[in-house]
Amino acid sequence: MNPQAIIFYVFAAITVGSAAVVVLARSLIYSAFALLFTFFGVAGLYVLLGADFLAAAQLLIYVGGILVLLLFGVMLTHKLYDLDLKSGVTQFGAGLILAAGLFIVVVKMAVTTTWAGGPGRPPAVTTADIGTLFMGRYLLPFEAASILLLVALIGAAMIVRRKTNA
Amino acid sequence: MIGLQHYLVVSAALFSLGILGVLTRRNAVNVLMGVELILNSANINLVAFSRYGAGNMQGQMFAIFVIVIAAAEVAVALAIVLTLYRLRRTPNLDEADILKG
Repeated sequence: MNPQAIIFYVFAAITVGSAAVVVLARSLIYSAFALLFTFFGVAGLYVLLGADFLAAAQLLIYVGGILVLLLFGVMLTHKLYDLDLKSGVTQFGAGLILAAGLFIVVVKMAVTTTWAGGPGRPPAVTTADIGTLFMGRYLLPFEAASILLLVALIGAAMIVRRKTNA
Repeated sequence: MIGLQHYLVVSAALFSLGILGVLTRRNAVNVLMGVELILNSANINLVAFSRYGAGNMQGQMFAIFVIVIAAAEVAVALAIVLTLYRLRRTPNLDEADILKG
């Protein structure tokens, strides 16, 4: 077993194990910090797949932005004196059966399909290519994503403002 | 030798765990965490196919846009959760049943 396989299994175990803690933990803070480890594991998998810019972007945006936002959400949706940040489950049996069935079906499909082999892309530095593509072929989606972020910013601020009787 | 199917199995596991989180958790922020797991699993699929299949950068570009959209979605979803909490004083989604017939 070469070192790349060992590193892959380590990152895969971190990712899937932390995701299980996210979904199954009783306390919300445990879920949030396990989500942090899940994002780190996914960034490691990106590096193994040769997507170095994407791994850095994942860490910056997901861990530094989205996770902090989720922690804000956890902290703001409980009373200040209520230190019992627990989260219950509803209909866990049915959900477990459905998720396990889905997992079995998708894994069977993924393992038994003969995927169309292509030239593949050996890991290389991707930042220059991504920059060129953003300014060239994917310029319209890039601008649309910028407008989407502006709309989300304004919309989120509008939704939570306190309506004062002016 | 680590191939395409290894990454597909990992992403399938993340996807099923995300579905489990969305279906069974009561707290709204926990459901959002499940949605983030689903988005990450789709991203792993995209990047794995970009690496092992076509060989171009389309998978990674798509994954970057998915990350951008996930960030915008979490912002708006948390705004909705905070407003819901302000109205109903509870973060549990199954108690937001004003529209229930």
